[in-house]
Amino acid sequence: MKTGRLVWAGWKFHVKSLTLSGFFLLTSAIQPVIFASIAFFMFKAGAREGTLLYVSLGAGLMGIWSATLFASGGAIQWQRWQGTLELSIASPAPFLFVLLPMTLASATIGLYSLTGTLLWGRLLFGVPFEVAHPLLFLAAVPATVIGLGLLGLVMASTFILWRNANALSNLLEYPIWLVTGLLVPISLLPGWVAPLSWVLAPTWGVRAIRDAALGTGEPLAAIAMCLALGGAYLAIGSVTVRYFENLARDRATLSLT
Amino acid sequence: MTSLRVFFIGGLTSYRALFYWLTPWVYVPSLLVAPIFQILLFAYIGRSAGLESDEFYVIGNALQYAAIPCVFAMGFAIGGERYQKTLGSILVSPARRLPLFLGRAVPVMLNGAFVAAFSLAVGGFLLGVDLPASALAPLALVVLVCAISCTGLGLINGALGLRVRENAVLANIMFGLLLIFTGANVPLDQLPGWMRAISEVVPLTHGIEAARLLADGASLGSVDHLIGQELLVGFAYGLVGYGLLRFLEWQSRVHATLETA
Repeated sequence: MKTGRLVWAGWKFHVKSLTLSGFFLLTSAIQPVIFASIAFFMFKAGAREGTLLYVSLGAGLMGIWSATLFASGGAIQWQRWQGTLELSIASPAPFLFVLLPMTLASATIGLYSLTGTLLWGRLLFGVPFEVAHPLLFLAAVPATVIGLGLLGLVMASTFILWRNANALSNLLEYPIWLVTGLLVPISLLPGWVAPLSWVLAPTWGVRAIRDAALGTGEPLAAIAMCLALGGAYLAIGSVTVRYFENLARDRATLSLT
Repeated sequence: MTSLRVFFIGGLTSYRALFYWLTPWVYVPSLLVAPIFQILLFAYIGRSAGLESDEFYVIGNALQYAAIPCVFAMGFAIGGERYQKTLGSILVSPARRLPLFLGRAVPVMLNGAFVAAFSLAVGGFLLGVDLPASALAPLALVVLVCAISCTGLGLINGALGLRVRENAVLANIMFGLLLIFTGANVPLDQLPGWMRAISEVVPLTHGIEAARLLADGASLGSVDHLIGQELLVGFAYGLVGYGLLRFLEWQSRVHATLETA
């Protein structure tokens, strides 16, 4: 009960806090719109015209991933700069449940990206937004946010040890966009990429959202996979947070790394 | 003589200060690995859409990525001074502003050119793009010219740093707009007329076009007008950036907003 309250209060606080960050909002809203526009132009001009709604949804997910990644990289670093990391670690609440709302909130803020690209596509490119399975679509979106937020938790936990976690998060933006099939079908990529994509929540998240919107595939299975992976990330995250926290305490590198 | 010292020693010191935070742990992922994945992403989208060859995306994105080191670093040249509390000291110094800021721009240009050249070489290698040996030297020139023009844009970003606290946001937006308007990923003739008109006056458009022609076997002489246009665009942005810098510096003094922006 206490844990649930902590996560809920933390999530609300971080959503409000991130909503006030012009940098975060602009990055969340503008970047995916730019990528969506490029993809719209490319598919319109190309020999194989793809479904523009397919592109629009993929670009929206790109934004959710960017927001998650950016906040995961910054979750520890921002606390370090503000001098609150030691206080958070020393507080009686497990650090895992201090960190978790941050990464979930950042993935939630990424919804601006999805909304922004869908509106942009509708207004400027005439992309119709007709959802084949509205209820499944409504289930797929939060499932994706949870899956991505929990993946962010695993990354944030490993960033406790590194001063330059933000740079590592920069590194992970394009590769995940590519290997999870957000804009490019995974079948076009080299064969070894497919198994890698299966363990990444964005792969299932985008599949769930697209299948629900376009009426293809099995959205329920993709939602289930996204949530199952989220559970696995939470388990991994709980171990890594504890391990890296102890390592940082042992080496006295909490504020110095 | 003093101006030369400010230009060279000031520029070198600023460049070394950049590495206070730009360690290999930041440099390699952000400036050497990320552009390769940008190239791969767009090359695969291009394959998926059946639009252009891999060479088109390798050249377009490698050159376009020069914008990251150039636009961001020039922004940090101002933002970093403010963060270190040295901006006021610099702006009250009697040093002439032109050598002061151009000195900071030279290492940024060279770094931008290196990043673009590295991305072009590695991206080309990974996607099996063969560039003719005769095109390598002219391509190096185009890469340098593109870095110069991006640094001109970066100077505007740096100048706006006197007014805007988070000019990294601005740099991100500039980078994104260059991704669309320069023809790095979408052939210019596929863009609406008003976008094509804008693309004529943004950095990189002419450089990217020249590089693509060189890679297809054109001679340096046949693309010299494009290189000239690219340089002209770069100088124009640099001039605007410098003017803006002086104007906003003056404004900051008048309104006492140097540290509050």
